[in-house]
Amino acid sequence: MSTAITAVQPQVMPAKHYLNDNYGIRSWLLTKDHKRIAVLYLISITFFFFIGGLFAAMIRLELLTPAGDLFQSDTYNKLFTMHGINMIFFFLIPSVPAVLGNFVLPIMVGAKDLAFPKINLMSWYLYIGGALFSLATMVSGGVDTGWTFYTPLSSGFVRTHVILMAVGILIVGFSSIFTGLNFIVTVHRMRCPGMTWGRLPLFVWSNYAASLIMVLGTPVLAITLILLALERGFHIGIFDPALGGDPVLFQHMFWFYSHPAVYIMILPGMGVISEIITCFSRKRVFGYFFVAFSSIAIAVFGFVVWAHHMFVAGVSVYSAMVFSLLSFAVAIPSAVKVFNWTATMYKGEVSFETPMLYAIGFIGLFTIGGLTGLFLAALGTDVHIHDTYFVIAHFHYVMVGGMVMAYIGGLHFWWPKMTGRTYPEGWAKLAALITFIGFNLTFFPQFILGYLGMPRRYHSYPEEFQVLNVLSSAGASVLAVGFILPLIYLLWSMRYGEVAGPNPWKATGLEWETSSPPPTHNFEMTPVVTTEPYAYGDEEGTVVP
Amino acid sequence: MQFKLPLFPEQASKIAPQVDALYLFLVLVTTFFSLLVALLILFFAIKYKKAPGRKAEQIHGSTLLEIIWTVIPLGISMVIFLWGAAVYFHIERPPANAMQVYGVGKQWMWKFEYPGGQREINSLHVPTGRPVKITLISQDVIHDLFIPAFRVKNDVLPSRYTSVWFEATQPGTYHLFCSQYCGTKHSGMIGEVTVMKPEEFESWLESGKAEGSMAANGEKLFQQFGCTTCHRPDSGARGPNLEGLYGRPVRLQDDRVIVADDNYIRESILNPNAKIVSGFQPIMPTFQGVVSEEGLLQIIAYIKSMGEQQGQPLNNRSTPTQIRDSEVPNIQQQMKQNSKQKPSGKQP
Repeated sequence: MSTAITAVQPQVMPAKHYLNDNYGIRSWLLTKDHKRIAVLYLISITFFFFIGGLFAAMIRLELLTPAGDLFQSDTYNKLFTMHGINMIFFFLIPSVPAVLGNFVLPIMVGAKDLAFPKINLMSWYLYIGGALFSLATMVSGGVDTGWTFYTPLSSGFVRTHVILMAVGILIVGFSSIFTGLNFIVTVHRMRCPGMTWGRLPLFVWSNYAASLIMVLGTPVLAITLILLALERGFHIGIFDPALGGDPVLFQHMFWFYSHPAVYIMILPGMGVISEIITCFSRKRVFGYFFVAFSSIAIAVFGFVVWAHHMFVAGVSVYSAMVFSLLSFAVAIPSAVKVFNWTATMYKGEVSFETPMLYAIGFIGLFTIGGLTGLFLAALGTDVHIHDTYFVIAHFHYVMVGGMVMAYIGGLHFWWPKMTGRTYPEGWAKLAALITFIGFNLTFFPQFILGYLGMPRRYHSYPEEFQVLNVLSSAGASVLAVGFILPLIYLLWSMRYGEVAGPNPWKATGLEWETSSPPPTHNFEMTPVVTTEPYAYGDEEGTVVP
Repeated sequence: MQFKLPLFPEQASKIAPQVDALYLFLVLVTTFFSLLVALLILFFAIKYKKAPGRKAEQIHGSTLLEIIWTVIPLGISMVIFLWGAAVYFHIERPPANAMQVYGVGKQWMWKFEYPGGQREINSLHVPTGRPVKITLISQDVIHDLFIPAFRVKNDVLPSRYTSVWFEATQPGTYHLFCSQYCGTKHSGMIGEVTVMKPEEFESWLESGKAEGSMAANGEKLFQQFGCTTCHRPDSGARGPNLEGLYGRPVRLQDDRVIVADDNYIRESILNPNAKIVSGFQPIMPTFQGVVSEEGLLQIIAYIKSMGEQQGQPLNNRSTPTQIRDSEVPNIQQQMKQNSKQKPSGKQP
């Protein structure tokens, strides 16, 4: 699978590729090319990432002082609600699958496109449809229910545009169902000759696992939101006890989707890390089967842990015990992955290009994020830290320290493939470093804040929490620099970056065998796979079985 | 800005040291594994840094290692699970002799009432050295009573009673937070817990004596709403006799047997047709929206006191619904069977 490319001679852009195949706005808006749809997604989610980031910046500004003095309480409540909704539904869930997955997954399995190109385009339009509802909600005053929409607060008490936002999330949910469906069918039906299940890149395995959750879990979210809208709009009693409903039922239904959704967010990121670690260690992945299988294990276990969000919500002691036990079980496959990535570096040829810096950052931060999950899965400690800043810190270590790092790392890794040009390595390394420092400064103090007892979603707080909050806000400003830098130099590189050539990293994998940017149908000839994945070192013949 | 940087909240309850011990163990485990991974990565990164003339050594994996790093984390996490469950059992199960306090959450304040009728808003006084159980209900949305110094919290639901219990150890003043997001002034739904020495607490209770105990106020409501018309202790009554009802098993029309606790009584007032007592007709009107949550708590306190006043739990004029002491073991057996048949659901 490896191609011998000599880096000595200057690379030239291919004459014909997916970007210059056709011009004009129609050729983009009506495209059925998975690569162009990936680019459309990239632009859209980048927009929402910075919108969500802007809300986060305002939250951190307000929390500089104990008194709620910058925004009104209602405004602050809208800020954290819109931050959560935009980041989760409009950035994190589509990030790796719909951008990186859309772009490289079909090429990785040796296909010309996804199984259903029109459904793929439809998925982007649904995303945009949902996004318009989200924008309309923001413009017309926002929502202040928290992204969790707990009833009866959301169904009977707040006066903001809950139904409008719920419709937006409902629609964007279908976009992720369509992406998931497309991935599942593509992996089953579109693999090129020789691409057996055991030769699939781990990125494909992890996106496949995430797709299963998207297809099976998202409908439950849709049902939950419809019931919420029915209760709010037509006073049909489902969740509000004043109407004869049960408020805790909502939490069961909501978390039945929203906990697995955490794995929709993190699994594809784990796939990115497997690609990057092997490439920059010049090594086969350690324990391919275990890394691949752990993705499926996470997807399966992920469906039976939802009530660990509800240990203090009035569930019975025994059901709490069952869900606690299962939550510990889901931690194991994640641990297995971390150990395998670490072992992959052993006796490798490790180099530190930008994607590798993000991948190493991911392993460190995800390890902390995962291990602090044990504090929350353990019943005795969860009672104290539930709904405090400890939870905020924990899931930001997983979602930002994990998923966002993986996404940005993956974006750098495949950027030469997507655009045909390389980014400026020096700036990129600087940005990775700034992101890592800024992230830890922002979120580590929040673990301590949480154990001290600062509840989440507090507009004002007691004075003794101020020092840690100021540290956190200071970190957030550093983190912002780390996120804005790549936006600038990546845009710059599209025009001024060096021509990358088909395989700038000398990586294995079918996506590196075609030109950069790839032609519209990905390959000149249908590829045939004859080797196992990550066959680094094959050319030198130093394989040790 | 206060420039002190504590890492732990104060330990002011009996459970707090136990929670902190588990927490410290978890911090140790987390630090150990984070450092292990970080140091290994750092070591590999330096030792196996790309160098001319050295090629990566291709290794496929090791099943033995996979088993080791599956089994060891599994073992450690099972220890944490059992330890956590043990602490949780302690936190969730109030002792029978706990002092009762009642709490009502509403947007955006806490109201507390003591059995003697003393009331407080956003403030709670408790003695040291005595278990205190706070029975909680919300008047509107879901709230959550959180006292960091005691390491306890529980959601406060609008649909049924939940509770928090603790045994305070250190006199002092501590934060009381609402930790379930509840709308506009969520961060203003805070208060103080004052822990006092038992003698001081007793005199505080005395000084706060109100117009009447909760049970006495409940009795007034009981008269006012005309409950006595049907719930009379004679054989011709249209409603079950409530004397000695509290805490006893009750047989329902469909032959289920349930224990008459706070939640059962509350439901029977608000939604009388949900559980009809065997031998009676579903004729009681609902009192939903008529009685306030405080009023309900007072009525429950009164019903609770009805048996206590009698001196003996059950009288001879028991209606078909009520169950004689001799029947209790049978019923308990039956309840066990019921719970086996219907393991889930909040209405056993």
